[in-house]
Amino acid sequence: MPKPITHISSRCVPLNKDNVDTDQIIAARFLKVTSRKGLGEHAFSDFRYMEDGSPNLDFVLNQPQYAHARILVAGHNFGCGSSREHAPWALVDYGFEAIIATSFADIFKNNALKNGLLVIELPEAVVSQLRRDCEANPALRVDVDVEAQTVAIENQTEQSFEIGAFWKKCLTQGLDQVGYTLSFADQIKAYEAQRPTFA
Amino acid sequence: MPKTLYQKLWDAHVVHQEDPSSPALLFIDRHLIHEVTSPQAFTGLAERGIPLRRPDLTIATVDHSIPTLVGRSFPLKDAQAQAQIEALEANVKAQGIRYYGPESGHQGIVHVIGPELGFTLPGQTIVCGDSHTATHGAFGSLAFGIGTSEIEHVFATQCLLQYPSKTMAINVNGALPEGVTAKDLILAIIAKLGMDAGTGYVLEFRGDAIRALSMEGRMTVCNMAIEAGARAGMIAPDETTFAYLKDKPLAPKGQAWEEAVAYWKTLASDEGASFDAVVELDATTLQPMVTYGTNPGLACGINENVPSPEAPPSHTQASDLADALDYMGLTAHQPMKGLPIDVVFIGSCTNSRLEDLEAAARVVKGRKVNPNVRALVVAGSQVVKEQAEALGLDVIFKDAGFEWREPGCSMCIAMNGDAIEVGQYCASTSNRNFKGRQGKGGRSVLVSPAMAAAAAIHGKLVDVREIQKEAIHA
Ligand code: SF4
Repeated sequence: MPKPITHISSRCVPLNKDNVDTDQIIAARFLKVTSRKGLGEHAFSDFRYMEDGSPNLDFVLNQPQYAHARILVAGHNFGCGSSREHAPWALVDYGFEAIIATSFADIFKNNALKNGLLVIELPEAVVSQLRRDCEANPALRVDVDVEAQTVAIENQTEQSFEIGAFWKKCLTQGLDQVGYTLSFADQIKAYEAQRPTFA
Repeated sequence: MPKTLYQKLWDAHVVHQEDPSSPALLFIDRHLIHEVTSPQAFTGLAERGIPLRRPDLTIATVDHSIPTLVGRSFPLKDAQAQAQIEALEANVKAQGIRYYGPESGHQGIVHVIGPELGFTLPGQTIVCGDSHTATHGAFGSLAFGIGTSEIEHVFATQCLLQYPSKTMAINVNGALPEGVTAKDLILAIIAKLGMDAGTGYVLEFRGDAIRALSMEGRMTVCNMAIEAGARAGMIAPDETTFAYLKDKPLAPKGQAWEEAVAYWKTLASDEGASFDAVVELDATTLQPMVTYGTNPGLACGINENVPSPEAPPSHTQASDLADALDYMGLTAHQPMKGLPIDVVFIGSCTNSRLEDLEAAARVVKGRKVNPNVRALVVAGSQVVKEQAEALGLDVIFKDAGFEWREPGCSMCIAMNGDAIEVGQYCASTSNRNFKGRQGKGGRSVLVSPAMAAAAAIHGKLVDVREIQKEAIHA
């Protein structure tokens, strides 16, 4: 179960790409594992490494000024494609704690939140400005307050974001959703008892 | 109040909702699992020390990382794939889950075996750790892909915590022209909408063109709902659905069958039910489709030219189109017809059922694969393979120079060694043309089975209707 998160304060990596699919985040050849751990080294593998396995220095994650940044700033429709939870596992293992984008694919969003990876949707103008600002000033700090649902960009006005009350509780209190569901075991049993025989 | 098919299924499955801001507990009728996305969920369940609640509502198979070479034998040379398969086999045994493994005669791609076993039924909620679970929506069920944490959640509770989706009606009117298939139809829909228009929605495919499709065709359409960003696609059940399911091994029998059909007939969206969005499409104007880019929304008719980044489709930015064309090695205004093809892959949960193989075999019969092309047919399941062999399709394909392989996901996801090489063009009946999806640096062109077969024969993209005409006149 992910540990509770209330605040994130970090510099950001700008990834200027729309429709980053989960095949790009973690290629299928790395899915032949039986554990959740250790996928960070394969995150964005086809962009990060050259043919011979050496780092591609043109790719933003390999640039020293963005090392240790824990927030990824992407574009539109981040995480589309496959349902593989290996994508958020790889991003979390790499060290990311939040992704800011203009929109996320449905399954990815769920998978990310279940792993305590905060997904923050902000308007297009704000996201593209933030990417440009991070490019111009890699040391730029961004503070995320989950409880208050705000993103504070250094020297700029605060932005608020949406994250439903239930998800907020899960993230800030580390609520276990299986445990939550099983607290309604009686209702599940009653539902099961009335299901038709053919179902 | 008139209700949509989606609303009916949602209402029928809500177990409990704590308060309006909380997600609903949605009961899950059917859970399919495979070797790649389940091991961590079994580990999580074991760490909790709780039992798997409903093994009777769960089935398992191996498809993603299993080799498709004829004569495949275990242990596999690929130690990681072997470990995943062993983990699955140990887990299903420990939990008492029905397992359709390589020895069962029913092994295959999850989305092919669920329907052919009659495990998939109308009116159900169906989940699987795979985004193409939408396929099962063809039966009038609410079927969607989930992540591994959600698999664990279903194992433990047989429920998922869900918020309702918005609904989008996709009305396809008129009849599909000769030579235009379900695959072309869904590619045309995605090309029109773009790859994320369906985010937050469940799609209901409606209209006479949909009603006229076989179950195989409907599965092809629903399969790719996720490629428009929708977690689920669905089609109301009708006589075609019931005829397909009757007498399937796990389908209800006798009195239970009668009761089930009576219930299933009530599921169609009510007259006057309202959708959050409506899209209209005229089937009569469609032609065989091909993709030219690196997502399924970048598709056009075979007789059309590659668009220019100066005038991209409305859902795509100029820079994304330029980047996609660069990866694909294509230039603006280039005709798609005539594009040389290196590899042809007929398979995947989109197009690997008997009807798909028959359509390809009709084009291939009596012809030879172009010497520059490597061509594979990978049946979706052992059952499909056996049915195809009984009809002699394997002989048609093999005589022409196709590889005739064992069932699995194969070159759709390229996890098992079946992959295309850097720079190669692959005419593929699968569902994703993402960069590197079919092999690092490979270039995928998504097409129907008949179009893929025609590309294999000619070594380039052609309009299959021209060959079909030739065959009639010869
Ligand atoms: S055939 Fe392809 S899309 Fe279908 S389940 Fe297998 S990997 Fe996924």
